[in-house]
This record gives sequence, structure tokens and C-alpha cells, in this order.
Amino acid sequence: MAKTKKKMPGLNTTSTADISFMLLIFFLVTTSMDTDMGLARRLPKPPDPDQEDATMDIKKRNILYVRLNFNGQLWLEDETNRGYAEISELRPRVKEFVKNEQNLSVLPEKHVKNIDLLGQCFVTDKHVISVQTDRATPYNAYFQVQNELVAAYNELRNELAKEKFGREFQYLKDEEKLAIKQYYPQNISEAEPKKYGGDQ
Amino acid sequence: MAGFKKKEKRGMPEMNTSSLPDLIFTILFFFMMVTTMREVTLKVKFTIPAGTELEKLEKKSVVSFIYVGPPTDQLRAQMGSGTRIQLNDRYAEAREVMDFIAAERQGMTNQAEQIISIKADQHTQMGYITDIKEVLRKSWALRINYSATRRN
Repeated sequence: MAKTKKKMPGLNTTSTADISFMLLIFFLVTTSMDTDMGLARRLPKPPDPDQEDATMDIKKRNILYVRLNFNGQLWLEDETNRGYAEISELRPRVKEFVKNEQNLSVLPEKHVKNIDLLGQCFVTDKHVISVQTDRATPYNAYFQVQNELVAAYNELRNELAKEKFGREFQYLKDEEKLAIKQYYPQNISEAEPKKYGGDQ
Repeated sequence: MAGFKKKEKRGMPEMNTSSLPDLIFTILFFFMMVTTMREVTLKVKFTIPAGTELEKLEKKSVVSFIYVGPPTDQLRAQMGSGTRIQLNDRYAEAREVMDFIAAERQGMTNQAEQIISIKADQHTQMGYITDIKEVLRKSWALRINYSATRRN
């Protein structure tokens, strides 16, 4: 009888749940689960120091100049026309430029290219979109331009993917994606290419 | 009394809550795994731009952040309101980005996958961004990400 009376009472653990709840809430508050999002870009490789004069020669019809001045105003210039433009005009313009559906002589030249899965294609893989900014250009204006350029390419790739494979670009297999990327390569340059040919 | 006793016996037995703490601990550990501690105290103020063609930054371990913007309200009195670049916990110049990149690479297992996320204020002048990009190119950190929020 005496032995049973001496036995320690079990520790009351009802509050352990509350304690761990508090820990949980503390972690919820101090940590962030917000998945960071952003516009993924790839910078060009650094210039080769041995090769001083690495200027590219590009035909004028292959270049679309996208210039942003210190006010963030947009200036578009290619062989068809030139002038100030609204940001909303950029996407259709870029699509038209890269696609060159009617094979016009003022839009980028087309080449026959053999692409796996797609066969012989007429592509404008020599086109260049040259983005030039001023040091005082607001970052937001530049970002919106980049966003529209990526959007234009994404739309083109999506259209092609639907036409050829019947699915949107993001659902394609890796080799199919590669084929589409070869059809519409992203040629966005932020250095100033030299122009030749045509009247200046 | 007898009637009361009978009633008690018939009532539902109390639920055993001894495993509740374990349950909560599991949730706690889950959150500790999937979330990241806010590592740096921000010394610059920024509103990132909004875009539509965004991609998620999946692997947090290969991402390094560069913050660009004016100093926060508390620091403005001493630091002024000009645009600053923040690396880790301090202000830095654009050329210091190279050392920062090298230091960040040290701890990475797959250095080729390194991504630099630029969190810059909308009103930053492009000169600062161009300088940073130039240094990033020189340090072969070519995968960059302009941090932004989603807009419709």
C-alpha cells in the first residue's frame, strides 16, 4: 500500500501542444514562404580580351532597335518604320518582326534550316533585337520592355507548339522544346551592333 | 447518485490527446523545411516591378540576391536618398559585386547553376543596373533574374 502511494504522478503534458503551437506560429511569422518570382534572363558571355574588335556585322533589315530614353519613352526602329511607340505596341511589332510571315524584304531574312522533328523550316534566325538604354532610363521601363520581348517570344513559341505538336510549349517534351527554340531563337542584344548594307 | 454514475459510464470516452504535440511538431518541422529564414535585414527600400512572363525561383540554395534602391527611412538621415546597392548586410559599390559572387559560389555544390536575383526599385536609373550587369558578366554569373511581382 505504501509503495503505491509514493509513486510519482505522471507529468501533465496537456500544454505541450500549446507550446509547440506557439513555436509553429513563431516560425510562420519569421519565415517567408513567398516564392520569389522574376523574369529570367541570360547575360551574354564576357568579351574575349584577346579579341579586341568583336563587332558583329548585321544587315540592317535584321535589326529591330528598341531604344529607351531618359524619360522611359520607347523608340522603335527597323526597316519598315521608326518612331516613338507605346509599350503595348511592342509585342505585336516584335512578333511581326520575328515571324516575317510574308517574307518581306524589309523584315529579317529567312533561311532554310534543318531542325529535328520539324524538318526543313524557313526561319529568321539571323534577326537581332537590340535594346539600348540611357543611364537615366527608369528600371521599370526597361523591365516592361524585357517583359514584352519575352512575352512576344513566348507567344510565338506557343503558337508554333500548338500548330506542330498540338500542345502548349510548357507541356512539350524536352526535345520538342529544343526544336521550337531553334525555330524561334531569342536574339536580344544589349550591345550595339554595327550596321551595314542598305541606306543609312 | 446511482443514476449519475450510470450516466457517466455511458458517455463518450475522452479523446486521447497525447499525440497532439507530436502532430504539431510534425507541422512545425514541415514549415521549417519548406520556408526560409529572412536572411538579411534590408537596408534599401524597393518596390519591384510587375510583369507577366515570370518564372519561379525553385532552388533557393543557388540564388544570391542583389538589392538596389534608396536607403530605408531610418537610414536616410545618415545615408542620403541616392540609390544604393546592398550585398548581404551592407551597402556596396557595383565593383564589389565580383567578390560577392565569388564568396557566394564558395558554398555552392553546383556553381554552374548559380542564379543572381536582382531586386531593384522601379525608379532606379538603368546606369546602376547596367554597371551591375557588366560586373556579373565579367564574373561569369550569367543567369540572372529580375525579381518582380505578378500582374494580370
